[in-house]
Amino acid sequence: MSPALPEGEDAPASGELPQWTAHHAHSRNFGVYIHIPYCSVRCGYCDFNTYTATELGGGASQRNFANTACQEIDLAGEALRQAGFPDRQVTTVFFGGGTPTMLPAEDLVRLLHRVRDVWGLAPDAEVTTEANPDSVTPEYLRTLAAAGFTRVSIGMQSSVPHVLATLERTHNPANVPHVVQWAHDAGLQTSVDLIYGTPGESLSDWEDSVRTAIATGAQHVSAYALVVEDGTKMAAQVRRGQIALPSADDQAEKYERVDELLSDAGFEWYEISNWSRRNEVGEPQPCRHNLAYWRGHDWWGVGPGAHSYLGGAPLVNGKVEEGEKAGIRWWNVKHPVRYAAALEQGNSPAAGREILTAADAQLERVMLGIRMREGLPVSALTADARPRVAQIIADGLVDPHEAVRGTLILTRRGRLLADAIVRDLT
Amino acid sequence: MIPVTPIPSAASQARIQPAATSPELLRNFCIIAHIDHGKSTLADRMLQLTGVVDARSMRAQYLDRMDIERERGITIKSQAVRMPWEVEGTPYALNMIDTPGHVDFTYEVSRSLAACEGAVLLVDAAQGIEAQTLANLYLAMENELEIIPVLNKIDLPAAQPEKFAEEIAGLVGTDPDDVLRVSGKTGEGVEVLLDRIVQAIPNPVGDAEAPARAMIFDSVYDSYRGVVTYVRVMDGNLSPRERIVMMSTKAHHELLEIGVSSPEAIPTKGLGVGEVGYLITGVKDVRQSKVGDTVTNAKKPAESALSGYSDPKPMVFSGLYPIDGSDYPVLRDALDKLKLNDAALNYEPETSVALGFGFRVGYLGLLHLEIVRERLEREFNLDLISTAPNVIYDVQLEDKTWINVTNPSEFPGGKLLDIQEPVSKATILAPSEYIGAIMELCQERRGELQGMDYLSADRVEMRYILPLADIVFDFFDALKSRTRGYASLDYDVTGSQSAELVKVDILLQGERVDAFSAIVHKDAAYAYGVKMCTKLKELIPRQQYEVPIQAAIGARVIARETIRAMRKDVLAKCYGGDISRKRKLLEKQKEGKKRMKTIGTVEVPKEAFISALTSEQGDSRKK
Repeated sequence: MSPALPEGEDAPASGELPQWTAHHAHSRNFGVYIHIPYCSVRCGYCDFNTYTATELGGGASQRNFANTACQEIDLAGEALRQAGFPDRQVTTVFFGGGTPTMLPAEDLVRLLHRVRDVWGLAPDAEVTTEANPDSVTPEYLRTLAAAGFTRVSIGMQSSVPHVLATLERTHNPANVPHVVQWAHDAGLQTSVDLIYGTPGESLSDWEDSVRTAIATGAQHVSAYALVVEDGTKMAAQVRRGQIALPSADDQAEKYERVDELLSDAGFEWYEISNWSRRNEVGEPQPCRHNLAYWRGHDWWGVGPGAHSYLGGAPLVNGKVEEGEKAGIRWWNVKHPVRYAAALEQGNSPAAGREILTAADAQLERVMLGIRMREGLPVSALTADARPRVAQIIADGLVDPHEAVRGTLILTRRGRLLADAIVRDLT
Repeated sequence: MIPVTPIPSAASQARIQPAATSPELLRNFCIIAHIDHGKSTLADRMLQLTGVVDARSMRAQYLDRMDIERERGITIKSQAVRMPWEVEGTPYALNMIDTPGHVDFTYEVSRSLAACEGAVLLVDAAQGIEAQTLANLYLAMENELEIIPVLNKIDLPAAQPEKFAEEIAGLVGTDPDDVLRVSGKTGEGVEVLLDRIVQAIPNPVGDAEAPARAMIFDSVYDSYRGVVTYVRVMDGNLSPRERIVMMSTKAHHELLEIGVSSPEAIPTKGLGVGEVGYLITGVKDVRQSKVGDTVTNAKKPAESALSGYSDPKPMVFSGLYPIDGSDYPVLRDALDKLKLNDAALNYEPETSVALGFGFRVGYLGLLHLEIVRERLEREFNLDLISTAPNVIYDVQLEDKTWINVTNPSEFPGGKLLDIQEPVSKATILAPSEYIGAIMELCQERRGELQGMDYLSADRVEMRYILPLADIVFDFFDALKSRTRGYASLDYDVTGSQSAELVKVDILLQGERVDAFSAIVHKDAAYAYGVKMCTKLKELIPRQQYEVPIQAAIGARVIARETIRAMRKDVLAKCYGGDISRKRKLLEKQKEGKKRMKTIGTVEVPKEAFISALTSEQGDSRKK
């Protein structure tokens, strides 16, 4: 979760939700995100909402965090019931951070069980946790698997020591393949996260990292261009001229390279920064929780700084109906102490919210839909935007055959220019 | 507070009533001064001493009415004020005609001078005379005006009255001891000056029985009263309600009101020989009441008009475009309104591929351009782009016909027999230590030295013939920066010359951007091309395609830069907590896109046009 919360209106302390949010809820999946705001050290590039002090007091302490977060899950269950939501089993759960694996496995299990107790888990639910390669053991992973976790996403970032040093990642890269193996042994699916375009990273450094990631045997890879966010230590280093900002051209080249290497190794892209291998029966293995974000399903974000989203208006011909309140998004207070304090008083920890208009939702639909391999139906575009599709095809930014059949699927070049395409099509 | 009147007796006052004042009791004068030499402050003191404005209603610089004039401390539009003054028991009516202080308005200055018998030459005792003042002084001397040399600001610690008295005495041809010393700020010496005006300046002479001939020296549009015309009666007289004729247009009007300014308008029974006052006829456009024209009686018209009339001729042209294309009708209406008050303003619609709908506007000079643009932006709330200013060229085509080019993008291609460009006579005054720097600059700008004179031991007057085009670009800024602000400049368009000029076009992705076309001397073409290409490369963001920027003369490319294609424009991460932020970022970027002009397929930010164009024309504001 990014540190800068968006601008929005105040959210009611009661946590009460407008009744319209429940309209057509059956047509949407429901996912839960749980944010664990702790790390052993903060990395120089990281702008996520995370804290290294092990002893934030009271309900904000690591020791009490699971209890505190369980209170929000209870509150969420109540708020949805009161807004008239039907009973919906949770289809995906995602533990992110921070470093969720800083907490004892029992705490993660307790949180998952609370989710199951409040809403129920779908039989094929996907349950993922992020993990730092140095903070898990085979035992830890077996405990998670036994409790219903299905997936672990490992923060590898790079296999090259000087790149990890620039990123201030302290883990031992040699541990990554072990963690993948232990996870597979425990029956968990695996994903590894990579970062490209770190200052000082050569193309061959990057290729090494990608090859190493492939060799771990993980079923899924995420690769992100390094973004130097304001307010991070790395931004200060760039400002002082201590390190050079990664160039967009360098990042473009590395994106092309990772896409080639992963394709050669049997991975397929399903979102701009995400690739997966097919399983034994030939099914792709994407992260279904993340797909739900891009498809506009409902999710509740538990934890400090977490965002939540509930849709309202149904799509007609893939588009949001004019004039309808299209959805609500809110975000919790950032600091764990304020978060715990709100819940202790029985209040919602939400700091602010926004009600999406049809136009907002339309922009999000295009902005998110175009990122996926499943593509964006041309019918989802406004009448104004449709004539511009021809130019996008001519420029080689979308697959021409699919576009003619009515779906916009980005080419590799198109993926690198996705934001420009969105600006053009909205 | 009752104004102090310098005319205590009622009988004396009766002798100087408008329309009933003998010419012997009239004195018509103007003040020639550089913009910051304190003319308006001195005028304020005179208004106070003669009792026409009391201290309470005194605004600083009472006569400069427009905000822009007040802020810039300069006078654009002249006014005339009638003031009583008594010398040795005789009452006099003094008409002070305020003259525009800038070179762009030389014609208006010449008409103001023609309305006077004398001029106060006002010079800052700390700075000495400036080039424009010198030019106006010469103009006044040619008109055989009586010159009263005055040093102002003698209260300043930096004042050097001895030195500058000698300098101006030399110019006027008088004794340094005859140079008056005043302080407009404290009022010191102003009474002596008023006495000197009465004693030294000849009274007006005219034929009271002849048909009326009144010269228009100013014409101002007032939204309540229509056009207010300021005149000096040379012969005969004008009365209320009579019908008058404008001799250049033969247009007849009824005199709805006639009067004098003191300084507010006071209707009178008329205006007689030698008097200065205003007329209101109900016309709505200053073009119907042109500066320099002669007003006569309709019943008993004069046979010949007064000499010296000419139509204002625009010297500098520039395209004017609204940044928001939908403001075009607002700009059109605004120009129509401004035109009512500015006989020199000239424009016609023009379309630019790059900038859309706008106008090609002709101006008297750069200051005029700045003033017009600023008034449009301020009074009509418009955001405008003005293209680099250019002069008019006369071009002879292969078939020997001549055409007139006011827009560089319309400069003909192919073989040309001759190109005539306007040239000007420039006068530069500066401390002598800068002679070398000035010669170097003028040489770069194709100047030819005509002569050089020492005004005093360390001040020099240099006379050059310079192509007008080289002056209107950024000559004044360059001159100021090379002389640490000490040099002053005056120029006057004197004719034209053949020149080897070429049109340099700028092409984006092979497409000519008309707004960037320029006519330059062939020796400067390469440097211009390189400069524009480099500048545009910095100003235009990377696009999805590689964009070549070329400078070309005809089909020959003389400079080239390339904006490399943008390869990446995507945020890698977009999860639950990123969506709001990302949507808002995209909305902001889309807003930014609205400020882009698309040329071919290249999106160019409006700001790029503005920076590429404005840095070229310099900032004449500093004048």
